[in-house]
Amino acid sequence: MQIYIKNIRVIDPIQNKDNIENIFIKNDYIVSRFTMNNNVQVIDGTDKIAIPGLIDIHSHLRTPGEETKETIHSGTKSAAAGGITTVLCMPNTNPVIDNVQTVKFILTKVKNEGIINVLPVGCATQGSAGNVVAEIGHLKDAGVIAISDDGLPITNTRVMRCVLEYTKMFNIPLITHSEDLELSKYGVMNEGLNSTILGLKGIPNQAEDIMVSRDIMLAELTGAHLHIAHVSTAGSVNLIRQAKKKGIYITAETCPHYFTLTDDAVKCFNTNAKVNPPLRTKADIDAIKHGLADGTIDCICTDHAPHTIDDKNKEFEIAPFGIIGFETVLNLVLEELVDKGILSLSQAIAKMTCNPAKIFHLTKRGSLTVGNKADITIINPKLLYTFNKRDIHSKSKNSPFIGRKFKGKVVMTIVSGNIVHNI
Amino acid sequence: MGSKNINELLNIDKIYNGCFPCKDLLGLELLDKRTLQTILRVAAYFKQALVKPNHKSSILDGKTLITLFYEPSTRTRISFELAAKKLSADVINIAINTSSITKGENLIDTGKTLEAMKADYIILRHYFSGAPNILAKYLTTSIINAGDGEHEHPTQGLLDLYTIYEYKKDFSNLKVLLVGDILHSRVAKSNIWALTKMGAQVSVVGPPTLVPCYIKNLGVKVYYNFDEAIIQADVINMLRIQFERQQENFFPSIREYVKLYQLTKQRLLLANPNVLVMHPGPMNRGIEISSDVIEEYHNTVVNKQVTNGIAIRMAILYLLNKRRC
Repeated sequence: MQIYIKNIRVIDPIQNKDNIENIFIKNDYIVSRFTMNNNVQVIDGTDKIAIPGLIDIHSHLRTPGEETKETIHSGTKSAAAGGITTVLCMPNTNPVIDNVQTVKFILTKVKNEGIINVLPVGCATQGSAGNVVAEIGHLKDAGVIAISDDGLPITNTRVMRCVLEYTKMFNIPLITHSEDLELSKYGVMNEGLNSTILGLKGIPNQAEDIMVSRDIMLAELTGAHLHIAHVSTAGSVNLIRQAKKKGIYITAETCPHYFTLTDDAVKCFNTNAKVNPPLRTKADIDAIKHGLADGTIDCICTDHAPHTIDDKNKEFEIAPFGIIGFETVLNLVLEELVDKGILSLSQAIAKMTCNPAKIFHLTKRGSLTVGNKADITIINPKLLYTFNKRDIHSKSKNSPFIGRKFKGKVVMTIVSGNIVHNI
Repeated sequence: MGSKNINELLNIDKIYNGCFPCKDLLGLELLDKRTLQTILRVAAYFKQALVKPNHKSSILDGKTLITLFYEPSTRTRISFELAAKKLSADVINIAINTSSITKGENLIDTGKTLEAMKADYIILRHYFSGAPNILAKYLTTSIINAGDGEHEHPTQGLLDLYTIYEYKKDFSNLKVLLVGDILHSRVAKSNIWALTKMGAQVSVVGPPTLVPCYIKNLGVKVYYNFDEAIIQADVINMLRIQFERQQENFFPSIREYVKLYQLTKQRLLLANPNVLVMHPGPMNRGIEISSDVIEEYHNTVVNKQVTNGIAIRMAILYLLNKRRC
């Protein structure tokens, strides 16, 4: 299989490249060139942009156990449509991914029905119960590339320390969902004027800040690699910035909704804007943008969290947390960060390609360097479209961005030399 | 009765000079001053009719009203039922423990079932904030919020507004003090919306654990010291301590709460001599309010509030029906 993409604007942050070029793909890999023959598929890249396939380091594919919300097939299809070629899936499934069999089950599913790369994240503690460190050695051998009890923090500080210490011999990051569960207890949205008016229990910023602060201190104590998930507050951004200055081994991510929406989106009890951590305020958005610009926040991910219409069509207080994100992430990054001058196009793409590849030690991905896997996303930057419910590839439709008009669209996604999405 | 009803209608139409902004009454946040004034005038009309003998009217003849209460209630449910019956609507009450809800039916499906049975109004009380908003979104039936979680209790807010109006006539520069559990109180929120829109100055007083700091952003003055707050008040609205909504201890003991926040005759001496004392009920006697204030103080209007509640609910039923016609 050979593909020749001609005359395309290639943006590859790690090579500091932004040129009109040709791309040659042979079998799974990007090659420097080949002689043309009748078997080469030629793609005209005129007026289009090629970037390294996006790496989404935080998602929920709901397999095993909650396949009514998402399957490996529907989830990877949705991701491909959003220009994502590699996705990390979190272990808060049913059963949780704390054992080799479940990892193998997922990888088999991926082989049979997945259309992009799926890398499972394993549990940090057995059963994600927060008591005993999981068999990280076994899990890593089976294929997990990070560990996390995502959805929950490890509340016991001693256990958290133990997990961090233990990870060091595997060179594997611990992804932490930093939340003080006592302070956030009963909370369903950001604590503020809107929660007061709506009569909904609030979650103060400090529920995140306190735990981020604790986790940073434990990272300092242990020297382990701590990756802080879905940063939503100005306080966390400041804490992470200070920690990095001190040389503590910290990396961090945020999601488009945390730099796009405030808790105003919850008005009228919109359950599609119910997410944890919750949508915050303008001041938090500004701080997160600042943190992205100065490198405090390394990555942008989706925290794609599908829930069925039945799950979400409930009273706000009992509807589950979470919003889908695969199919809007690139557009939101382009509009909210690049168009608004927060990040250059190259910096923005780095947050979704080479940065996550580096943090999670993914070799031959995250760049269009010759010799790398041919994971490529092609964008038509001029295409205007409306994000409609009926066009969503995910099994779930719980997005607060439905109806939003976007400029620019992923028109082709290539994974290991195979075209998996094409419009 | 027939000709009398036409006259009644004409009279009301004369004072009804606007359209209700939506098919539902979900909260007072969504109403403007003009609509509130209209409601007060229509309620005044019904109040006047209410005190006459044989005051039943046929305005809502053939209409069906269903009360759907997910929380216990005495006065609100009966008040709606009486208001509807005085306007000749048919009333059906659904008690949650005998309905399909105990079989796991969700709120929207329950609502749609009632809509399919041609209910004209659903009066919903629910322990979750925003439950009426969900029904209103999915149903064409008029939804009236009879109290949702900690969000709003609009008809209570309106009847409090009307009661204050009866006694004080003018809201400008009127000082209204809400006392106690502001955090959990939907009544407080509806009162704040209604009163601030009408130009009154609203203050709240309570322990800081029960007074959300963001309430200031609604133009409300916050006090923690009752003796300090009571001095200027023209109206005191005592809120019930909502033990059922408090998952934590927000104050150390009832004894300490009583000492700091109970309205007693002693404390009333600090207030204006004609200060109006209100309570939305049900009262925790001996906790937020002492029995002697209820029984002996000349300006305690708790029972007046209950009567006015019927007039207000008649007005709302009438106005929502008007909009539909």
